[in-house]
Amino acid sequence: MNLKKLNIENKKVRDFIPQALTVLALLSVIIYFATNAQINMGNRGISFGFGFLNQEASFDITFSMIEYDGSYSYGRAFLVGLLNTILVSVIGIFFATIIGVIVGVSRLSDNYLIAKVAEWYVEIFRNIPLILQIFFWYFAALRALPLPENGISFNDISFLTIKGWYVPKFIWTNFNIFLLSVIAAFIAIYFISSYATKQREQFGRQLPTTTISLATLIILPLLTFLFLGVSLNFEYPVLKQLSSTVYTYEGGVSIIPELIALALALSMYTATFIAENVRAGILGVSKGQKEAAASIGLNKNQILKLVVMPQALRIIIPPTTNQYLNLTKNSSLAAAIAYPDIVLVFAGTALMQTGRAIEIISITMLTYLTLSISISIFMNWYNKKMAIKEK
Amino acid sequence: MIKSIKTWILVGFASLLLVACGQGGGGAGSKKSKTLDNTKKAGFVKCGVSQGLPGFSNADASGNWSGIDVDVCRAVAAAVLGDADKVKYTPLSAKERFTALTSGEIDVLARNTTWTLSRDADIGLTFVGVNFYDGQGFMVRKNSGINSVNDFKNGISACTNTGTTTELNMRDFFNSKNISYEPIAFEKADEVVQAYDAGRCDTYTTDKSGLAAQRTKMSNPDEHKVLPETISKEPLGPVVRQGDSVWEDIVRWSLNTMIEAEEYGVNSSNASSLKDSENPAIKRLVGSEGELGAAFGLDNEWSLRIIEQVGNYGESYKKHIADTGILPNRGPNQLWTKGGILYVPPAR
Repeated sequence: MNLKKLNIENKKVRDFIPQALTVLALLSVIIYFATNAQINMGNRGISFGFGFLNQEASFDITFSMIEYDGSYSYGRAFLVGLLNTILVSVIGIFFATIIGVIVGVSRLSDNYLIAKVAEWYVEIFRNIPLILQIFFWYFAALRALPLPENGISFNDISFLTIKGWYVPKFIWTNFNIFLLSVIAAFIAIYFISSYATKQREQFGRQLPTTTISLATLIILPLLTFLFLGVSLNFEYPVLKQLSSTVYTYEGGVSIIPELIALALALSMYTATFIAENVRAGILGVSKGQKEAAASIGLNKNQILKLVVMPQALRIIIPPTTNQYLNLTKNSSLAAAIAYPDIVLVFAGTALMQTGRAIEIISITMLTYLTLSISISIFMNWYNKKMAIKEK
Repeated sequence: MIKSIKTWILVGFASLLLVACGQGGGGAGSKKSKTLDNTKKAGFVKCGVSQGLPGFSNADASGNWSGIDVDVCRAVAAAVLGDADKVKYTPLSAKERFTALTSGEIDVLARNTTWTLSRDADIGLTFVGVNFYDGQGFMVRKNSGINSVNDFKNGISACTNTGTTTELNMRDFFNSKNISYEPIAFEKADEVVQAYDAGRCDTYTTDKSGLAAQRTKMSNPDEHKVLPETISKEPLGPVVRQGDSVWEDIVRWSLNTMIEAEEYGVNSSNASSLKDSENPAIKRLVGSEGELGAAFGLDNEWSLRIIEQVGNYGESYKKHIADTGILPNRGPNQLWTKGGILYVPPAR
C-alpha cells in the first residue's frame, strides 16, 4: 500500500470520499430499515416467506383472462390480476393514442368549431382528478344503463346493460391455421414494402404499397376459410330469467362495466396530455419544411406523411412515453370500482387473507417497476428508430 | 489504494451493523407491559375502528364515535386511564386493520373483525374474546321473488367487500350449492351499497348485522330484505398484538367485565351503591373485595369505572343496536342464562 497516495491532498482521494460516504449513508438507511422490520416482525411472531404463493387462494375473481377459480393458488391469482392490469393498460393506451392524435390535430384545424371543441375537451378532462372521472363513468354514466331485461340491443346479437356489455363469443375451428396465415401475411407485407422501397430508391418507381399490403392481409386469411378448413361460428348471448325480476344473459362474452368505465376514464384523461404532445410536435416543425416539400411537388398527404410527421414524432415520442407510463400506473385506481386488477386482487384480497404485507407489497411494486421499465425500453427503441439518422 | 478503500468500507459496514442492531434491540419484549406503559404515558388508548358501521363504530356529525365496538375501547380507557373518553380513534379499512395493529399504529382493534384460526395463529394477532356473534347473510330486492338462498340460480351476481371472510364464505356457499356466480368485490362498503342499489348486482352479502346497518343507507330501504338463512359463523371481537400478555389480559377482562356485570345485574346507575352487596361476585366486580386489578398492574376500582362510565354489555347493546333499530332482537347475543350464548369466565 502506498501511504503517500492515500492523502487528503490527493485529488482522487478527495473526489472519492464524498461518493463513498453517500453510498455508505444510503446503505446504512436500507440496512437500518431492513433490520428494524426483521426484529419487529420477529417480536410479533410474524414469519417472512413466499411459500404462501403456492397455497390455495379460496376466493373467486369476477373477470379473468386465464382459467381461474378459488381452488387455484395465490400465485395464479397474482397472474390473473397482472393480466387484468395489462389488459386495461393496453386498451387504455390504444384509445388514448387514437383520441389524443385526433384531438391534437383537431386543435390545429382551420375550422373554428372543431378547434374549439378539441380545446374544451382538453381543458375539461385534464383538469379533473382521475379518480373522480372513474367514479363519474362508473357510478353516473353506467348507472344510466338499463337492467338486463331492457338491455340496449345491437341487432339482437349484442346487449348493453348495467351488468355489462354482452357480445357474441367467437368459436373457431382450426384457429392455429388462421393465426399462421395472419403471421404469413405480415411477413409478406414486410418483404413487399422493402421491395417497394428498393424500387423507389433505385428506379424512382412508386408502387401502391398500402393497397397491396391491405389486400394481402385480407386475402391470405380468407383463403384459409375456403381451402384449409378454418371456420368461425358465433355464440350469441341470450336473456335468462333467474327469478321474477332478476335477469341476466347466458352465453357470449360479458365485458364487465368496471372494465368499460376504467378504460374510458383512463383513455379520456390521458388522451388530453397526448393531444397536447401531438400539437406541440406538429407546431415544432418549422413552416419552411412544409413549404419546401410543397415546392418539390409533394401533395398534402405526402407532406404530412413524409416530411412533417417524421420530424414531429421526434418531439412527440418522449413525453408520450411518460403518458403511457402514467396510464399504466393510474390503472391501479381500479380498486375503487372493483375492477380486479393486481392492486385489488393481490395487494388487496390476497394481502388481507394472508396478512403478508411486506412480501405482497414488494412483489406488487416490483411488478409495476417491471411493467414501466418494459414500456420505457420499447418506447426508447421506437424513439431511436425515429431519430435523425446522420448519414 | 483499492485495498485500503475496501477496508474502509468493511469497517464502515461493521460499525453501521452494530448501530442498527443496537437500535433494534430495544424493541425486544420485557416482562412489564410496554403497551400499558406507553398508553399511560400518552394519556389515551389507541383504538382502531371501522370507517363507519352504524351500531358498531360510527362517528356523528361532530366526530364523536359510538357503538358496541367503540365501547370496548372506552372500557379499556376507563380501566387503564380512569376516563372512558381518553381514546384516540383511527378509522381503518378491512385491508389496513391488521397492519395498523401489528405495526403499533393502534393498540386495540375493535372493528367487527371475525375470529378465525389463520388470523389468530398466522399473522401476529391475538383475539381476546367475542363481543358480537354474527353470521353471513344475503340481501335482495323485495320484488325479486327470491325468498330463500335456494332460489339462487346460475349466473347470479353478488356484491361484497374485499379483504373479508365474506369473500371466502361466499365462494364456499355457492360451491356447495353448485351455483355459478359473479363475485364483485369493492374496497369500501359505501361503494358496495351504491353498486347494489344501482342494480349492478342481484344480491349483497356480508355479516347480517352489517346488512341491517347498511340497509338504512339505501335510497329506499323498504325495497330490500335480508334472507332468513345464515351461511357462516362470524364471531366478531376485539384484537390485540401478539406478545404483550398483560395488555391482552386487560382488554379481555375489560370486555368480560361488561358481560359479567350484566349477568349480575350491575349497571352504570347502581354500581357504586352495590359496594356492600351480599354477593361476593358483585363485590369483586365493583372492587370492594379481592385484589384483582393488581394482576394487570391496575388499581382495584378498574372494573367499577368500566361499569360506571361505559355500562354493562346489555346497556351498550340496547343503546347502540336495539334502540337504533338495527337488530332489536338480541338472538345469540343474549346472556347464557337467558337463552343466548354469551358466557364469560368468572372474574375471581
